[in-house]
Amino acid sequence: MSFPLLTATAVLPAIGAIATAAVPAARRTAAKWLALLVSLATLALAITILVRFDPDGSRYQLTESHSWIAYFGVRYELGVDGIAVALIALTALLMPFIILAGWHDADPLETGSRRWRPTQGFFALILAVEAMVIISFEATDVFLFYIFFEAMLIPMYFLIGGFGDRAHEHGEEAASTQRSYAAVKFLLYNLIGGLIMLAAVIGLYVVAGNFSLQEIAQARANGSLHMATSTERWLFLGFFFAFAVKAPLWPLHTWLPNAMQESTAPVAVLITAVVDKVGTFAMLRFCLQLFPEASKWATPVILVLALISIVYGALLAVGQRDIKRLVAYASISHFGFIILGIFAMTSQGQSGATLYMVNHGISTAALMLVAGFLISRRGSRLIGDYGGVQKVAPVLAGTFLIGGLATLSLPGLAPFVSEFLVLVGTFTRYPAVGIIATFGIVLAALYTLVLYQRTMTGPVKKEVSAMPDLRVRELVVVAPLIVLLVFLGVYPKPVTDIVNPAVKSTLSDVHKKDPKPPVEAAK
Amino acid sequence: MENLIALLVAAPLLGAAVLLCGGRRLDAVGHWIGTVLAFVSFAFGVILFADLLGKDAEHRTLMQHLFSWVPVQGFQADVTFRLDQLSMTFVLLITGVGSLIHLYSVGYMEHDERRRRFFGYLNLFLAAMLLLVIADNYLLLYVGWEGVGLASYLLIGFWQHKPSAATAAKKAFLVNRVGDMGLSIAIMLMFATFGTFAFGPVFGHVGDTSEGKLTAIALMLLLAACGKSAQVPLQSWLGDAMEGPTPVSALIHAATMVTAGVYLIVRSGAIFNAAPNAQLVVTVVGAVTLLFGAIVGCAKDDIKKALAGSTMSQIGYMVLAAGLGPIGYVFAIMHLVTHGFFKAGLFLGAGSVMHGMNDEVDMRKYGGLRKYMPVTFITFGLGYLAIIGFPGLSGFFSKDKIIEAAFAKGGTEGWILGACALLGAAITAFYMTRVMLMTFFGEERWKNQPTRSPQSPSAEPAAEHHGEHAEPHPHESPKVMTIPMIVLAVGSVFGGAFFSIGDRFLHWLEPVTGHSEGDSPVSAATVTGATMVCLIIGVGIAYAMYGRRTVPSVAPRGSLLTRAARRDLLQDDFNHVVLVRGGEHLTRSLVYVDHTLVDGVVNGTAASVGGLSGRMRRLQNGFARSYAVSMFGGAAVLVAATLLMRAV
Repeated sequence: MSFPLLTATAVLPAIGAIATAAVPAARRTAAKWLALLVSLATLALAITILVRFDPDGSRYQLTESHSWIAYFGVRYELGVDGIAVALIALTALLMPFIILAGWHDADPLETGSRRWRPTQGFFALILAVEAMVIISFEATDVFLFYIFFEAMLIPMYFLIGGFGDRAHEHGEEAASTQRSYAAVKFLLYNLIGGLIMLAAVIGLYVVAGNFSLQEIAQARANGSLHMATSTERWLFLGFFFAFAVKAPLWPLHTWLPNAMQESTAPVAVLITAVVDKVGTFAMLRFCLQLFPEASKWATPVILVLALISIVYGALLAVGQRDIKRLVAYASISHFGFIILGIFAMTSQGQSGATLYMVNHGISTAALMLVAGFLISRRGSRLIGDYGGVQKVAPVLAGTFLIGGLATLSLPGLAPFVSEFLVLVGTFTRYPAVGIIATFGIVLAALYTLVLYQRTMTGPVKKEVSAMPDLRVRELVVVAPLIVLLVFLGVYPKPVTDIVNPAVKSTLSDVHKKDPKPPVEAAK
Repeated sequence: MENLIALLVAAPLLGAAVLLCGGRRLDAVGHWIGTVLAFVSFAFGVILFADLLGKDAEHRTLMQHLFSWVPVQGFQADVTFRLDQLSMTFVLLITGVGSLIHLYSVGYMEHDERRRRFFGYLNLFLAAMLLLVIADNYLLLYVGWEGVGLASYLLIGFWQHKPSAATAAKKAFLVNRVGDMGLSIAIMLMFATFGTFAFGPVFGHVGDTSEGKLTAIALMLLLAACGKSAQVPLQSWLGDAMEGPTPVSALIHAATMVTAGVYLIVRSGAIFNAAPNAQLVVTVVGAVTLLFGAIVGCAKDDIKKALAGSTMSQIGYMVLAAGLGPIGYVFAIMHLVTHGFFKAGLFLGAGSVMHGMNDEVDMRKYGGLRKYMPVTFITFGLGYLAIIGFPGLSGFFSKDKIIEAAFAKGGTEGWILGACALLGAAITAFYMTRVMLMTFFGEERWKNQPTRSPQSPSAEPAAEHHGEHAEPHPHESPKVMTIPMIVLAVGSVFGGAFFSIGDRFLHWLEPVTGHSEGDSPVSAATVTGATMVCLIIGVGIAYAMYGRRTVPSVAPRGSLLTRAARRDLLQDDFNHVVLVRGGEHLTRSLVYVDHTLVDGVVNGTAASVGGLSGRMRRLQNGFARSYAVSMFGGAAVLVAATLLMRAV
């Protein structure tokens, strides 16, 4: 038996989490370094997966399969296709930056504060989330996926509820109330989604007799497993609902702004760049493969909801006064694009959507982490409290601008490629939908540039006049992300090469072919 | 030889990267790095030009394939460059004028502490603009298209500490994004129709598709062109863009970037030729803008804004010409090049005047400057003669051809378009004479004007740098600034004649754009005569109003039209009321809706469905309780589901 690479990639951060938590209270710096090293080692494993994965090989690779709960036919089954590989790489890549950016986020507060901030716990929880997210991307057993899909709520809940920004405009008491509201809201939304999914998971078992994604998909494809139309639709809805909460899709989005606003910037990145991606990933992997007919049946409604997300999220971002809420609504708009790309059911749409997940992760991380550095300097999240920052901290302002330009999908930066692919992939099948979605690019420019203008330009406000520029640690976080944004904007081929074959198989699962252009002008 | 094409872009791109990432160490030499790399790019352009000239006319196209950019099933976007006569013309204009303006900026930005960054942005602009004109497919063109938009944004807002500059930069980017939407949709339409958006295959298969689709593509391209080239209805950003440093106005907002829309239309000629309805719209946009810009130019007292109105108007001429089809393409580009010379020269002259006048921009506070700034006066004067179409100078040749072509469109349209173009010529003569007289002739109104009037804040914040508020002491600018002005003046004088004698320019571009001789209802001589009459009328009226009478140093109230024109014919007011205010109300009410309605309804539904009604608030007390209750609810759902499935 070969080395269980996929298991190792998930188990390593899990062990790291336990080890970090076990570091004695007095040695918090050691805990931080340990967490950072574990995340780097995990990244090394993820890169190994990337190297070992053969894009032109069989659909699921590096598979592992063991019996687990034999009575229910639950198996410990792992395997990755190109889409999963890309997202595992993204997750492992972002973690060191998240940890480094949050280096001081869980330091004990000044003396006199009543709150207790367990530094070790903070980093252990982050690693725990990483472990669960990675195994969710790897699981090809529906039940196994479900368990970790749900379990990651627990560490996330503590991260949101336990570690907010140090300063808060309404004082510590109000901060703690709002934080726990945000955490509970996050938990309730996702739990309800998860429970509905659990019902559907059980329903699927009743119908199919096992939980294996590959077996069920195969049986469905060759006709040996018949599913009544209504059954398939109900099961699809059960799965989709949970993923739409997590993604999040309008109107199930309202937990995200609260959660991102109240958590520290690195945790906000963890939510939107990593954890939420499990939702969109699962739509591609489970909804489309297990319930192809129902997916097509629901497509019109989902496209409309995605369109609403795009436009509505962007409009709300324009109206925000809180930097983090603004980024949250921008993300809702971007998730609309991802879901649009998935359900347009074209090669460009789905390759674009997968690439979008990766690029959105990097661009949001860049923007949000710099925003976090900014907020930590002034102790306020309100846009109106800033002004003229570019004069005192030009590097911070410059990196913030690049993050913003990536968010508005400037050509030359990575998100442009994916956004355009999604738009064009949607347009070829649903021209009207594609055109309406294009309005998103104007609105994205509006919220990004207004944010930049209000915070960075104009006369220097007194409160920011002594603001230091980016420190070395902060620069180490931001610079590689910016390099990646430029690199993947100019040369996205390494990612598309991995993703394309997986998209091709997904499309053949749902029996969809790309619309043919009426004029064959391409060579 | 093909391999040199990428270096055109690489040189300034390298400059941008080095200057923007290099840090303060490079402050002392940064401007020279930027300038040298601009000249290097120009040198590559000249070498490539010589190579093209050495080939026969039909084979003057060089292609360079660098790499496959976005390879996705059925979707092929490559980084491929195409250098043909059309892009070559632009390359020489961009790098030539660009290098001169880099040189000029060495002097102009001497006292700016962020000069290194300024040159970094200028280099970035050159790289993006070159990419725009040498791209071989629309998606790559789009990268250059937005790249120049970014550079324009950064440079308009270069003095970001001024709220007006930051606002102007944002406005320019946003208005351009509306245009970019057009370009996006055009590319999507092409992909859906042809399965590709590379120039060759698309133009080659235009005949295989319906006119309706082509019209849609063409109109979307026109929308993009309107944004970038400040054509009605997306023109509102150009006047505000004058907030940027003057070399930027000269390079980006006069000579090169704003003409990208014309490039797009001429490059897509094959599509437009097959969509006559779209062409008609193009000509209408051009004609309306050429009058709109000219009228605005007449009313502005800010020298740069008067020139900006003029730019808009002159690009209107080019768009009009491009809308006429093969008869106009060559002349659209010819006017674009000559305009590049004289308008860049005029802006540099304006910058030189401001440089000597404590950065005052209000022409009512100028007057009699010819004695103090002889070089500026002469070069500006030559640019002036060129733009109004004085016989023998550049503008005369290029504009005259456009007016002729407009008449040749035939029918009522031809008469209307021709009349608009003639009227535009008269107004051009008027407003340019006005600028000339107010600046260089008449009383020295800047005497006894110790401080600048607070009502007309200068675009240039040099006062903050120098702390000067004394009476201005007009002086000539240093050589590093005057030499580029002289070179451009030479181009303004001889460019048109050089291109026109023996139809050199026509023969050069014809293989790419095609050319047809129209059937004009009026003879060429009549058109030239009529243009001359218009010119004399325009100059005469301006002389009567500003040469013979004293110019008041505070603007009189003016007629209704004057007041409207000062406010850019009220378009900004319209935008403000409808888009800005309306948008604010919309977003604000949406924030409210999201907070109360969507959140409330979803929470409420979740609460009642889960049988948790009324417990929501208590749930907030802690994790354990909520988890327990949810689990309870979950178990209920689970049992129900199992039963349901059994029943099915």
